[in-house]
Amino acid sequence: MSRLSALLDSRQRQVVTAEFPSIDGGGLVAVEKAADELRPFVDAVNATDNPAAHAHASNTSIAIAMSQFGLEPIMQVVCRDKNRIAMQADIMGASLFGIENIACLTGDDVTAGDEPEARRVFDLDSTQLVKVASGLAEGHYLSGRAIKQPPELFVGAVENPFAPPLDYRVLRALKKAEAGARFLQLQIGYYPERLEAFVRGCVEAGVTRTTALLPTVVLTKSAKALSFMDESVPGISIPADMIARVAGAGDKDAIAEESYQLTLELSRHALSLPGVSGIHLTDFRHDGSLERLVRDLGIGPAYDPVATAAGTTTA
Amino acid sequence: MPKLLPLLEDVVKKPVWDCRMCGQCVLHSTGMTCPMTCPKTLRNGPCGGVREDGHCEVIPEMRCVWVKAEERSHSPVNPRHWEEEFNDLRPPVDNRLKGTSSWINLVTGRDRRTPAGWQGVARERFSTVPGASMVEVDEPTTLPEGFHS
Repeated sequence: MSRLSALLDSRQRQVVTAEFPSIDGGGLVAVEKAADELRPFVDAVNATDNPAAHAHASNTSIAIAMSQFGLEPIMQVVCRDKNRIAMQADIMGASLFGIENIACLTGDDVTAGDEPEARRVFDLDSTQLVKVASGLAEGHYLSGRAIKQPPELFVGAVENPFAPPLDYRVLRALKKAEAGARFLQLQIGYYPERLEAFVRGCVEAGVTRTTALLPTVVLTKSAKALSFMDESVPGISIPADMIARVAGAGDKDAIAEESYQLTLELSRHALSLPGVSGIHLTDFRHDGSLERLVRDLGIGPAYDPVATAAGTTTA
Repeated sequence: MPKLLPLLEDVVKKPVWDCRMCGQCVLHSTGMTCPMTCPKTLRNGPCGGVREDGHCEVIPEMRCVWVKAEERSHSPVNPRHWEEEFNDLRPPVDNRLKGTSSWINLVTGRDRRTPAGWQGVARERFSTVPGASMVEVDEPTTLPEGFHS
């Protein structure tokens, strides 16, 4: 059983997951450096799979390297770049190295990346991938071919409570839960009322009985970063008054502080919702704000009193 | 007839639903909106990239196929059970059926055949009868052990 799975099952405290930075070179030292920065503050970290359709060091290699440096990996697998055979092989291969947490995503389209001329694959969709990955843990490939010693897997997915069709998102979360998703990391979002409705819907539909919800917040330090996400990142929309609030805060430092305060408010709101099991952090600042956030929220291995009392941390 | 039907199906379904001849039609359960027209060919609902205005991440001028499908699934024109089937988990596409007639595949049941693993079944061992692979060429899971190249 993975550490993340055990922690979520125990329901002792709210968990913190984060996004690992993309690695493009510099050897394992580069991975170690990023792992060292995150390790004290997070419970598990996503090894991304060519995020925003840009090629980087692969999901499997980063997940394996992360685990070697004592960081609990969540290996993302996106459906954009590989067919069903290759995706199963990646999950099975990573499992040889003890990788258990798998997050199944559709993936941004190739047109969102720097190689828009690439062939898109989408042989499976994310919900099908959840079921296929769960099948591996049950002891068979999609074909039915038996796996004598099946890997232990903790399979999850992503859902976007903020993008249309809004009324349908809970049903889609339920579908993923029924396919075998034990956790859902939620897309970045700036509409607290939409998150609230989604989480409430998931509780009512029974999603949270089997599946942990982890809303995502982003650490940014400028109004420009918010505008960029609003305009250019698929599936993310930010209300104009929120961007205006940050933009109008004053000088550069005041804007950075206001950005932080906005993230803190969104985080507090997300964590206050019954049915939410923790939070997922994306850090675009890299200036120590991640530590500040988990400290202000009083969560994660470093700052949660339950975790500290239970001796699960050395921080 | 087997050659004529796919042609006829294409002629009828292409102009109306922009049919891509996947050979395993699920139109009735997706609000009569073809999921194969989604640039990501998603058959189990919308991706997370749908724009605020309900348009497609990939083709901004096009409304998201699944936004349309969800709306249309509630249409009073459709039989009730079609609406209920909207959130069914649809299996991965069988790429061998591309270009064949879904009408024939519906009648023969071929469009509902899925790999054993999709039904959660592990096969303990493979058939070791020589030539078994030749009997049912569209069931690769029955290939004898060691046959895999």
